[in-house]
Amino acid sequence: MPSTPAKTPRLTGEALHAGYESRRVLDGVDLAVAEGQLTVLLGPNGSGKSTLLKTLARTLTPSAGRVCLDGQDIHRRNTREVAQRLGILPQGPSAPEGLTVRQLVGMGRFPHRRLWRQDAERDARAIHAAMAYTDVAAFAERSVDALSGGQRQRCWIAMVLAQETDLILLDEPTTFLDLKVQVDLLELLSRLAHEHGRTLLLVLHDLNLAAAYADRLVMMRDGRIVTSGTPRDVFTATHLKGVFDLDARVLEDPETGSPICVPTPRRGARPSARPASPTVDRRCIS
Amino acid sequence: MLNHRVSRVAGLLLGLALVAAAFVASVMLGTTEIAPPTFAQALMHYDPSRVAHIIIHTERLPRAVIAALVGASLAIAGALMQTMTRNPLASPGILGINAGAMFFVVIAVSLLPLHTPAEYVWAALLGALVAACLVVVLSRGRQGELSPLRVVLAGVAITAMFVSFSQGLLIIDRQSFESVLYWLAGSVSGRELSLVVPLLPLFGGALLLCALLVRHANALMLGDDMVKGLGMRAGTIKLLLGLVVILLAGSSVALAGMIGFVGLIVPHMARGLFGVDHRWLLPACALLGASLLLLADVASRFLMPPQDVPVGVMTALIGTPFFIYLARSKQA
Repeated sequence: MPSTPAKTPRLTGEALHAGYESRRVLDGVDLAVAEGQLTVLLGPNGSGKSTLLKTLARTLTPSAGRVCLDGQDIHRRNTREVAQRLGILPQGPSAPEGLTVRQLVGMGRFPHRRLWRQDAERDARAIHAAMAYTDVAAFAERSVDALSGGQRQRCWIAMVLAQETDLILLDEPTTFLDLKVQVDLLELLSRLAHEHGRTLLLVLHDLNLAAAYADRLVMMRDGRIVTSGTPRDVFTATHLKGVFDLDARVLEDPETGSPICVPTPRRGARPSARPASPTVDRRCIS
Repeated sequence: MLNHRVSRVAGLLLGLALVAAAFVASVMLGTTEIAPPTFAQALMHYDPSRVAHIIIHTERLPRAVIAALVGASLAIAGALMQTMTRNPLASPGILGINAGAMFFVVIAVSLLPLHTPAEYVWAALLGALVAACLVVVLSRGRQGELSPLRVVLAGVAITAMFVSFSQGLLIIDRQSFESVLYWLAGSVSGRELSLVVPLLPLFGGALLLCALLVRHANALMLGDDMVKGLGMRAGTIKLLLGLVVILLAGSSVALAGMIGFVGLIVPHMARGLFGVDHRWLLPACALLGASLLLLADVASRFLMPPQDVPVGVMTALIGTPFFIYLARSKQA
């Protein structure tokens, strides 16, 4: 992993408390999203990772604490100006029947449009570039709902890219997709960070994919951040046990050096004929 | 579907031609047939001594204008409601907006001394607002979201409530029998043009506001979180679009009573032809809605001559088979 010079984080959360109705989900979270890197939020279900993402993206207002974007409280800023710097893709977005890919991607231009001032050429350029980057141009005129899960997700990412923001927040962009599709998407997202200098924050469920693609991991449990750092530093058997209550051994990928977790089946659950093999499998998904 | 800009423009022009043809047919056809030259003469040089001219001016022309206006308004209101609730079954008829407006109009007409549409349109708008608030309150989930199923259930319940209240008025006040039936069945006839004119600013204002919000309506299709992420306020957009719906549906009811199906079917027809982009969808709804109600009104004159069948009955007759066809063809 090339070491990037540390830049001042533009998006930070300070002492965030947030929740829904009476249920409190975030319990005093401090987080600075590393610039130009791909950060992954990990944690068991209900640990508050989606809530943290939404709070940072201002779609949820914290009950205490504040989110700062470029030094200003994000909830006090003009929401359109925020949308020119920060893009968000919520979990499981759904497009209405019949909406074409081009129309969907075009909606990403909304924050840059005004009723009386529209730069059609710049819009067209951004839409074209976003569709080319995500490789969806081939089916630009087709309906989003008629595409496969992976293609559809690429269209949504294209929409967020068309928004031309430096910061991009994605909530579980790979859930319910085939492993190969997940890998392709994560390749695409990590190139965005490393080759185009964008700052990405993702919620992921697959531990090994997170360890393989993240520059930084943030592990959460019960509404707090337990630990954060590079995968090599924090992706350890102790943390997996402490955060996920998962018994697993952590090995090292001989080629890339990134850590891999292999769950250790309890006695009796293990297939009797074979010894436990270090094959990576999907049981690692939390 | 018409995919390219050129074919869509052509489609809208065809729609415009359809409205024009239906409008002319509506003026010419009926128990007294009127030849095209007479129609032109009546418009250019009105002669109050000629029966045909009187029929055109006092009966046919206002009737056609009201049908076109109400058809277009209900269709646009239906499309907006379907977008706002993300529910294909939403329409001013099904969600109780028309029934609320109708009930308040019936009260205004039978219990209060309000007699012209310009006077009781305010009652209609208030009724539409009350019904809309009731639907929202009844179908709100825990986190303030509108559940698609509950919206429809609440709407149907509210429609039933207002309709039965109106029928209850029949028993209390037999003199208002005729008028209550008029509002319940929905009709575009029996009005003078001068009564329609004071309502035009309401329709105009609603359409202007709607035109300013087209792109916002498009974004609303992606869900509230996405809308916020794109730098818009979902609540404000919905409030403003709700105002458009109330103005359009309320004013329509004040002119023509409860006319169902137009607001439900036409948006689906328009979407099938022009796609979901509101910049094309809403003009298409206006043109198709106007044509549908004009044609339904013409047909209603020939179903059981010499009597007019209420146009609301006609829209149901035309609309239901089409709707079933639409529902089935989408599954295939």
